[in-house]
Amino acid sequence: MVDGAAPARKFSPVLAILKEAGLTAAVAFALALPLIGLRGFTRGGQMVVETRFEWLAVAVVVVFLGRVALILSRRALPALRRGGGHVAGWGGAIERHRLALGAAALAFVLAMPFMPFADRYIVDVFTLVLIYVMLGWGLNIVVGLAGLLDLGYVAFYAVGAYSFALLGTTFNLSFWACLPIAGACAAMFGILLGYPVLRLRGDYLAIVTLGFGEIVRLVLTNWVDFSGGPNGISGIPRPTLFGLEFKKRVAEGQTFHEYFGIEHAGVHRIIFLYYVILMLALLTNFFVLRIRRLPIGRAWEALREDEIASRALGINPVNTKLSAFALGAMFGGFAGSFFAARSGFISPESFTFIESAIILSIVVLGGMGSQIGVVLAAAAIILVPEMLREFSEYRMLVFGMAMVLIMIWRPRGLLSHRKPTILLHGRGGRAGGGGEGGP
Amino acid sequence: MAYFLQQLINGVTLGSIYGLIAIGYTMVYGIIGMINFAHGEIYMIGAFLAVLSFTMLGAAGVTWVPLALVMVLLVAIVFTATYAWAVERVAYRPLRGSHRLAALISAIGMSLALQNYVLLSQGAGVKAVAPIITGRLTVYETPGFDVTLSYIQIFVMVLTVTLMAAFATLISRTALGRAQRACEQDRGMALLLGIDVDRTISLTFVVGAALAAVAGVMVTLYYGVIDFFMGFIAGLKAFTAAVLGGIGSLPGAMLGGMLLGMVEAFWSGYFSVEYKDVAAFGILVLVLIFRPTGLLGRPEIEKV
Repeated sequence: MVDGAAPARKFSPVLAILKEAGLTAAVAFALALPLIGLRGFTRGGQMVVETRFEWLAVAVVVVFLGRVALILSRRALPALRRGGGHVAGWGGAIERHRLALGAAALAFVLAMPFMPFADRYIVDVFTLVLIYVMLGWGLNIVVGLAGLLDLGYVAFYAVGAYSFALLGTTFNLSFWACLPIAGACAAMFGILLGYPVLRLRGDYLAIVTLGFGEIVRLVLTNWVDFSGGPNGISGIPRPTLFGLEFKKRVAEGQTFHEYFGIEHAGVHRIIFLYYVILMLALLTNFFVLRIRRLPIGRAWEALREDEIASRALGINPVNTKLSAFALGAMFGGFAGSFFAARSGFISPESFTFIESAIILSIVVLGGMGSQIGVVLAAAAIILVPEMLREFSEYRMLVFGMAMVLIMIWRPRGLLSHRKPTILLHGRGGRAGGGGEGGP
Repeated sequence: MAYFLQQLINGVTLGSIYGLIAIGYTMVYGIIGMINFAHGEIYMIGAFLAVLSFTMLGAAGVTWVPLALVMVLLVAIVFTATYAWAVERVAYRPLRGSHRLAALISAIGMSLALQNYVLLSQGAGVKAVAPIITGRLTVYETPGFDVTLSYIQIFVMVLTVTLMAAFATLISRTALGRAQRACEQDRGMALLLGIDVDRTISLTFVVGAALAAVAGVMVTLYYGVIDFFMGFIAGLKAFTAAVLGGIGSLPGAMLGGMLLGMVEAFWSGYFSVEYKDVAAFGILVLVLIFRPTGLLGRPEIEKV
């Protein structure tokens, strides 16, 4: 696009900029003419079309000014072009001070519910962010470490949520008893799905996993006897703290506030849920960090970098990929059963493709394979729409455009970290496949 | 037998629509190796343009059906192609040469953005148009059940066959088609031989969008109702069709679309309507397990 302006440099730069912006505005006019300039709706059982040329004019002017601003900013700040250096600097700095940053972040999230600004809503939003952090870390095993593109991760999330919801409402099992079962169910689904499809190439794998995600959702919607269909399942039991419930009073035994002798408050349960997901997420993180250094974790990374070479070196690709799939699915299942326990109600609506897309974009945006990147990306992707809640109509539009813009700006994610966890010649060895990563 | 024949007719009609969309996926995949996730949304935009222009023509008093159809098709093709061109320019071209996932995420983002753009600008409600082509032929009469072929179905099939013929000529006979095939085989070499690769890729998007726009017009005529979310599931199925036929293969896309349309029609006819999408994706999984390159795809040999 900038190259297009080069022959026009013979004229004064102002003219060139105006010409380019004018062309963009002309395209915008053609695009906006039918869909913004006109609006069809039903009046008295008949379609009618009305014109909205004032909106059309606004759209064209906005695009024109935006283009001028973009050209000017590009000329003024050449660094902005393509993943500006300073951000790569942050990436490197964050990687270097990983431990200190991790400790600071850990201290913050542990103390967060007791900070002055933390009200019920804030703790709840942080809980939501942590669910996505955990899902991101789980999917990171599959996509970031093993390099398998999974577009249907939400299926495992759904399996986990429904396993707990069904076991909890049918057999009155508690959250803590169901958590391992839900994880095991999801892992089993991971193996069931993975076994036949793992010899497919990347894009085929992506589309089969997408299809699988849709199949799970459709079955949950249509098999009414099993899953309650579109009405979902309600009355899912809440998690307890070693058997202490967070209700005002229970028929037998003690409740949380009675045991500790404090006033009953609804926020206790919210804070408790926050700590539960924090613990689950930290468990996931610890697990992933440790398993990367085991032979199986190294085999994942080796397969990601070069499948043929890894096979020649005696790595069994099927078992290796299956283990990645199953473990990733297991964490998705844990997160799913937490989700069911938190909201007390689930329906297939919560497990659409959009969820898979959001989780995948958290992983990719964070920089595949980077654990801290996932946290940053999850915070950005969940908090930004949350802050835009007043403009709730526009938030998915902004979200979609932001995904495009961030990918153009940083194609390898915020923290591009694709260094193998272990190098042959120590730290000084050449990082493979690092791309435009850290300095 | 009569019932079977009726489902076959319905399946071929549906399959024509899927096939037209699938060609857009398979061409883009063939040439730049990315899943153009926003293609379903392009088809949805084509359908919206059809509804808008049918309504405007009705208000303007154009009542001669062939003229109205030609005008609607032209309007839908031109504007939809502009959208596809702009999408490629904004969201995909800057990412050419970076890794595959970045382009895929960008495409998913574009798909979300387009969907919500139409939702905001045209509203969430279902848009309906009065039937424009009415009437049906009775093909085969049995006591209790007549097999019919509606004029819309004839229109869809004839238009699909015509477009396929035109499209096959475009790919095999014209300079653009040659350039496209060259880029598909080896983009670097095509560039060295003086082919404007960027322009060829843009035109690939434009041609794919034109076919998707026609599919959008067809679906508007056939079902009469559209909404902003229709592109997602149709796009998914058309991609399934492209993979089924062997991605990168143009006859494969059409064949895959036909098969998928028939699977769906027979499944809803004989088993259950609720699970027709499950059947479609189930077929996809089965084909990929037993014939991973699709029905007509070339086996790809991976070398070190």
